Amino acid sequence: MNMMTKATMLLLVLGTAACTNPDRLGGAGGAGAGGAGADGALAGSASDPTSPAYFNQAIGDRVLFAVDTSTLTPEGQRILDGQAQWLLTNADYRAVVEGHADEQGTREYNIALGARRANAVREYLVSRGVPTTRLEVISYGKLRPIEVCSNEACYSQNRRAVTVLSFSAITS
Amino acid sequence: MKKILTLLVALILAGPVAAQNGPLRLTITDGVIEPITFAAPVFQAENAEAAQVVNNLNRLVAQDLSGTGLFREIPANAYISQITSFSQPIAFADWRAINAQALVTGAVAVNGNQMTVKFRLYDIYSGQELGGGLQLAGTTAGWRRMGHKVADAVYSRITGEGGYFDSRVVYVAESGPKDNRQMRLAVMDFDGENTQYLTDSSAIVLAPRFSPTGDRILYTSYESGFPRINLLNVANVGRQQLQTAPGEMAFSPRFSRDGGSVIYSLSNGGNTDIFRSDLASGQYTRLTSAPSIETAPSLSPDGTQIVFESDRSGTQQLYIMSANGGEARRISFGEGRYSTPVWSPRGDLVAFTKQNAGRFHIGVMRTDGSEERLLTASFLDEGPTWSPNGRVIMFSRETQGESGTSSLYSIDISGRNLKAVPVQGAASDPSWGPLQP
Repeated sequence: MNMMTKATMLLLVLGTAACTNPDRLGGAGGAGAGGAGADGALAGSASDPTSPAYFNQAIGDRVLFAVDTSTLTPEGQRILDGQAQWLLTNADYRAVVEGHADEQGTREYNIALGARRANAVREYLVSRGVPTTRLEVISYGKLRPIEVCSNEACYSQNRRAVTVLSFSAITS
Repeated sequence: MKKILTLLVALILAGPVAAQNGPLRLTITDGVIEPITFAAPVFQAENAEAAQVVNNLNRLVAQDLSGTGLFREIPANAYISQITSFSQPIAFADWRAINAQALVTGAVAVNGNQMTVKFRLYDIYSGQELGGGLQLAGTTAGWRRMGHKVADAVYSRITGEGGYFDSRVVYVAESGPKDNRQMRLAVMDFDGENTQYLTDSSAIVLAPRFSPTGDRILYTSYESGFPRINLLNVANVGRQQLQTAPGEMAFSPRFSRDGGSVIYSLSNGGNTDIFRSDLASGQYTRLTSAPSIETAPSLSPDGTQIVFESDRSGTQQLYIMSANGGEARRISFGEGRYSTPVWSPRGDLVAFTKQNAGRFHIGVMRTDGSEERLLTASFLDEGPTWSPNGRVIMFSRETQGESGTSSLYSIDISGRNLKAVPVQGAASDPSWGPLQP
């Protein structure tokens, strides 16, 4: 069978799809590798309104969701208004919106649910004027909880979408 | 990964060959509760080198059979007769007297790193050999596979169904705390032995799926920064990112039954639908287009239909559509949410995860949705996979709370014989491969 050979030619070799979100300045809820903590040197001081630390802590880098929904709450919208304003002011930053779910659900469904949540945030930010080219979405489903207990106190914190900043020139 | 063993299978000509439907027959139904009793005296060592392996091999065969719950071993200290030669006549009355219904005898010869295993199966009550004798040849390093093959032959001759012992399972090996879990792909024999790691834990990996012949594995990886589908060649552990339809996230892949294409979920703009991509041409087809979540597709054995989960009704339910997409019919109507459907190898059942009233279950239903049966219940069970013969389901079970970890379990589709699969460390997302050639 030369099926494998043919398939190989049509597939992208790993590594050419290098990390598309370098230099991430993620908050504590950021799940990606390579993100600096909110208090890390890259994030700057929370008292500096142009710093990612200010974005993460003073504005709030995340919004929370009710069980099995991707509807933004009024509180969530208020946080996202702040995020949008900050992103418009600090035009050198891009962001990846990470969608997450609690552990009540299967892995695959929760990835799809996290994608809905991340997209709800992206759409809201775009509706507030943030160029869509500066925003990417990713879902981790239930694979990256920040709270580890198995009750609603933790679940409510894990059902989140986190806006993780990265610093890179916008080319388009 | 090196090829450990090439098996040669040959009929041993001597000895009477009983009819295929001999009198000793265990027909597996939900009602079967009385196991078949068997005796498996230590195999004969045909030379001095073989003496070291006969006991292990014999114990493995007995363990495989007893492990099904369908067979019960008569202990050696109950034997009246001893087997001292592979070709000696069987004193059936002596085995009948200790209530053995089946007798497995064997002989092993070892020459350097090569070995041969012969075995015979006897039906004690009819006083006849059941099936012909079999001889297997391979390397000593592959002795477990030969033991599994003997057990598969015994299982198959008595039940009339294919076995599942000489098979492998690919899964996600997990370590670390719940909020920083490290995940890597691993493959093992169905009984937890011979573990090999296929990836490192530098990126999240999930839901590996064997190809129909077991030569390749599809899985979801975050290696590129985003969930994408990777294809891994088992023989050389080479891996590549699959070219899917354009989209932000691709996951939940499964091979088509001919291994030539992949069905999977693609998420774009918050919406998840099901696609198929041809591996050879890279051409893709959209199979669903709904604003709801469509995921976890699994093809019927004849390749004509796909069962999948969708929340188009408001909660996750199971649907079946043509393999080319189009109208889907809902098959799950019970309480709760249904997910991760997997079509059985025989085609008659769909295994699924069900979430209801704060508990998770693994269950099966017929493909028209009737005769739903829940086989398990726990804080979190998910991700069923079928044994090659469609008799056993393996799945992940995660425990509750801060120290919660995942492990693999298996259960008969009768709902009996729930057991933990002895995996090294925490494990999830099993995919059971085919019987090895």
